Amino acid sequence: MIIDGSEKSLRKFLSDLPPVDQVGAEARAAMLATRSIKTSSKAWAIDMAISMVDLTTLEGADTPGKVKSLCAKAVRPDQSDLTVPSVGAICVYNDMVKIARTELDRIGGKSLPVAAVATAFPSGRASLAVKKIDTQDAVDAGANEIDMVIDRGAFLSGRIYDVFEEIRVIKEICGKKAHLKVILETGELVTYDNVRKASYLAMLAGADFIKTSTGKVAPAATAPVVLVMLEAVRDYFTLTGEKIGVKPAGGIRTTKDAIKQLVLVKETAGEQWLTPDLFRIGASALLNDLLMQRMKLRTGHYASANYVTVD
Amino acid sequence: MSSLDVNKTYKLFIGGAFPRSESGRVYEIKGANKKFLANPALASRKDLRDAVVAAKSAQSGWANATAFNRGQILYRIAEIMQGRSEQFVEEICALEGITTKAAKLQVAEAIDTWVWYSGWCDKLSSVSGSQNQVSGPFYNFTTPEALGVIALFAEGKPSLLGAVRTLAPVLAGGNSAILIASESYPLPAITLGEVIATSDVPGGVVNILTGKASELLPWVGSHMEIDGVDVAGLNKKQEDEIKLVGADNLKRISRFAPGNHPERILSFMEHKTIWHPIGI
Amino acid sequence: MSDFEYANAPESKAIANISPNYGLFIGGKFVDPKKGKSFSTINPATEELLSKVGYGDKSDIDAAVRSARAAYTKIWSKMPAKERGKYLYRIARIMQERAREFAVVETLDNGKPIRESRDTDIPLAAAHFFYHAGWADKLEYAGFGSKPKPLGVVGQIIPWNFPLLMLAWKIAPALAAGNTVVLKPAETTPLTALLFAEVCQQAGLPDGVVNIVTGDGITGAALVNHPDINKVAFTGSTEVGKAIARSISATKKTATLELGGKAANLVFEDAAVDEAVEGIINGIFFNQGHVCCAGSRLIIQENVADEVLEKLKKRMSLIRVGDPMDKNTDLGAINSKEQLNKIEEISKTGDAEGANRWSPDIKLPTKGFWYPPTIFTGVTQSHRIAREEIFGPVLSVLTFRTPAEAIEKANNTMYGLSAGIWSDKGAKVLWAAKQLKAGVIWSNTFNKFDPASPFGGYKESGWGREGGRHGLAGYLISDSKVNK
Repeated sequence: MIIDGSEKSLRKFLSDLPPVDQVGAEARAAMLATRSIKTSSKAWAIDMAISMVDLTTLEGADTPGKVKSLCAKAVRPDQSDLTVPSVGAICVYNDMVKIARTELDRIGGKSLPVAAVATAFPSGRASLAVKKIDTQDAVDAGANEIDMVIDRGAFLSGRIYDVFEEIRVIKEICGKKAHLKVILETGELVTYDNVRKASYLAMLAGADFIKTSTGKVAPAATAPVVLVMLEAVRDYFTLTGEKIGVKPAGGIRTTKDAIKQLVLVKETAGEQWLTPDLFRIGASALLNDLLMQRMKLRTGHYASANYVTVD
Repeated sequence: MSSLDVNKTYKLFIGGAFPRSESGRVYEIKGANKKFLANPALASRKDLRDAVVAAKSAQSGWANATAFNRGQILYRIAEIMQGRSEQFVEEICALEGITTKAAKLQVAEAIDTWVWYSGWCDKLSSVSGSQNQVSGPFYNFTTPEALGVIALFAEGKPSLLGAVRTLAPVLAGGNSAILIASESYPLPAITLGEVIATSDVPGGVVNILTGKASELLPWVGSHMEIDGVDVAGLNKKQEDEIKLVGADNLKRISRFAPGNHPERILSFMEHKTIWHPIGI
Repeated sequence: MSDFEYANAPESKAIANISPNYGLFIGGKFVDPKKGKSFSTINPATEELLSKVGYGDKSDIDAAVRSARAAYTKIWSKMPAKERGKYLYRIARIMQERAREFAVVETLDNGKPIRESRDTDIPLAAAHFFYHAGWADKLEYAGFGSKPKPLGVVGQIIPWNFPLLMLAWKIAPALAAGNTVVLKPAETTPLTALLFAEVCQQAGLPDGVVNIVTGDGITGAALVNHPDINKVAFTGSTEVGKAIARSISATKKTATLELGGKAANLVFEDAAVDEAVEGIINGIFFNQGHVCCAGSRLIIQENVADEVLEKLKKRMSLIRVGDPMDKNTDLGAINSKEQLNKIEEISKTGDAEGANRWSPDIKLPTKGFWYPPTIFTGVTQSHRIAREEIFGPVLSVLTFRTPAEAIEKANNTMYGLSAGIWSDKGAKVLWAAKQLKAGVIWSNTFNKFDPASPFGGYKESGWGREGGRHGLAGYLISDSKVNK
């Protein structure tokens, strides 16, 4: 135990964390962005990235039909090429969990997890009672993963123990049925120091994954933010022996973006994090670009969007 | 019957004290009228060594004093010199054989020189420093800092002014100094030491040696704790010699045009550039 | 589990048109050396021959100085300053246009990673010309008197660690101030200087304003001792710097010297540790540690030393050593066999004197000259590896208990070129920056360079500054100083 669960020990732990130098962190991320990933390593990276995608639809206009077609794409992203791996998970609002789970089971995606955004996503502005019900509802509907949002207002106003307690309570509800991903919404935390503190806070409270963003706030999963979070899981592992996953979400649209993320993982947390169990990419448009790049590598010519499905 | 004059004993000025040369040697100085004036100490290499030790240990304290404080102390030297003008005028007249009027002018100019450099102390970094526009998220600035221990070979004539115009700028920049007075015209320099000793200048910041430049020169040149040299009082051959030996620790060696100029200060300073990221 | 090995990503050599032979660049033309001698320059990563370049001797130096003098007297000193500036702008632009080619040639000749020549050396070299171009017609505002005058003909000698960048540091301010130059590139890295000679031709720079004479130390000595140069500008070892100071001691020549270093990189307990580790890596492994201002002495506060070292070692394991032309290479080849021997020799004293050597498990190429990233822990002030410049990827690690001790150790050296400070506490950073006896202080960063930022050392790290307003002083006559 690195903290005893009390507010005092949590505060002490977080205040003892080393600071992050913004310029230095951004320079490191920028340097890693210059890595040139070609040929065989590119092919490997594309397939790995596909298997890490949390294929997401989080719209007010989501319908059962839309979610079902998303499920089909998740299981077999490219109907013309069955060597393409399935994605990491699909990510939907609570009320779509049951539909998604049923559909996936029906079409051969039993092992593909369904993630639900619970706890008053995306703002997190609801009472704890509501958040608990929200979470319980998703778990009951068959969600394998809960993507919860933290109360950024509480964090920024210094009520970090409230944030900690909320995560702990939600984790209890998830129990063994669902993995807990904690969304920090780094765009609202603003500083890298806050990102580091919030990362540790979430891990200490029981997060299985720490996730950058809801996708509703910009900036989202910038490279330096992901770098700082990867450093956090790396160092947390050194400290506790426990591996926590990282999920950048928002703003990752192209194969190039995705490969840059994998480079960040490899050269920060290390190769052992290069698995869908420990790294996911929350995205929707990204998958098609990965598929087109994959076609390009296979066929040698540039692909057309007409050959990948719109959803 | 008039009473007999009590003549002054001219000694060295090292570490705030007035010792005789450890060698026990003196040499004779005659006035312009060929009459005996004094037996100043003939400093040895060991006196030089002691002076360097004193200068080295005093330097960082002097450099770390606020520039405002250093400026006040240099101005204080001017004040005390003003009070001792008569004595300087007499010494200069006897030594250089110039008119009282000319000697007075020299003393006045020496005093003005202290005042001028006093005012430089807290303005140097504004004039010589800079904030540099680097392309990147960094605050980058350059600021002058004292070099360390500077040896000064004072000119012979003008005897007082020659000493002051080498010494004042070096002190203004935060260095400590070893002033090697002109062999033939050393007396005002020693009296200057007495002024300095009573002007709040910390002991060791100024050290004054009398004797033969030719004897001390190779030791000054090769002393690894001496960082810079003003060769005002050396001839060309001696300058070449000290530059050759001084290369051993890359001494900063300069000769200046007559007159006062901030470059006299800056030549014995280093520019330090500091980078710091700008971020949250 | 993963196996995300980066496939080879080599930069194409096709862009580099390296001629099999080069003459000396004198009076605007490539000419054969008078004695007809030449020497080889090789790729240190493969030991393959790149080209044969002319060996300049005393008579060639004399021809070059004459050409520079004539250009100075007849053309360059008479040209309106703004026109001079426009030539420098032209040069800067052509260097930018040919940046990729310069980067490839630099990496082939020097052994440094293409990422560094592409992202650092070449852009900075062009930036130096761009920066100084703007000074040419503004010198009267630079604070060196109302009518600043050039010195005349300047002899310049540059090292092999940043061949083109050092050329830019030398030539750009010299020309901006109105001088003409004779430059001698380093023996092992002459090619980008010769490519630069082509740029001078493309820019239409008047003949003789820039002369480039390739050769070795003897060529350099002939330049230093030529009676008709007004100034020597040298970057290289302290030993040679002192020799130059001696050779010009009885002349009217002035000098700027940019010499060795043994920079302390101080890590305080309150540092941003991850960025500090990056800074340490960049401080000592940038350019294979062939950097005079390299952070070669890491001095860590004892209570965080274990944490920092553990992270440092993990990070060192990620350093990609190998083909400099691969875009993903972090650490390239050692520039020469001679330098490799020197690194090996001094490093061995570290073992012998009881320090603990550690290198990550990295496979080095079999051909060419290579040295693994290395750290020595348990180093004390008296070890040779803590005092001598190694000029290679070898870091000596020491510890301190109090800030005063850190400064004392940092300053306990004859050098004073640069230093690093890692602390998140502003007041402490400024305190340390003030105490450190070094010309460049990097706080919470390291090995940053910019044309606007003066560079140069305290103590035996040299005379004068290069870059920024302060760098101009070395190329202008001072009203208030007398050079015999």
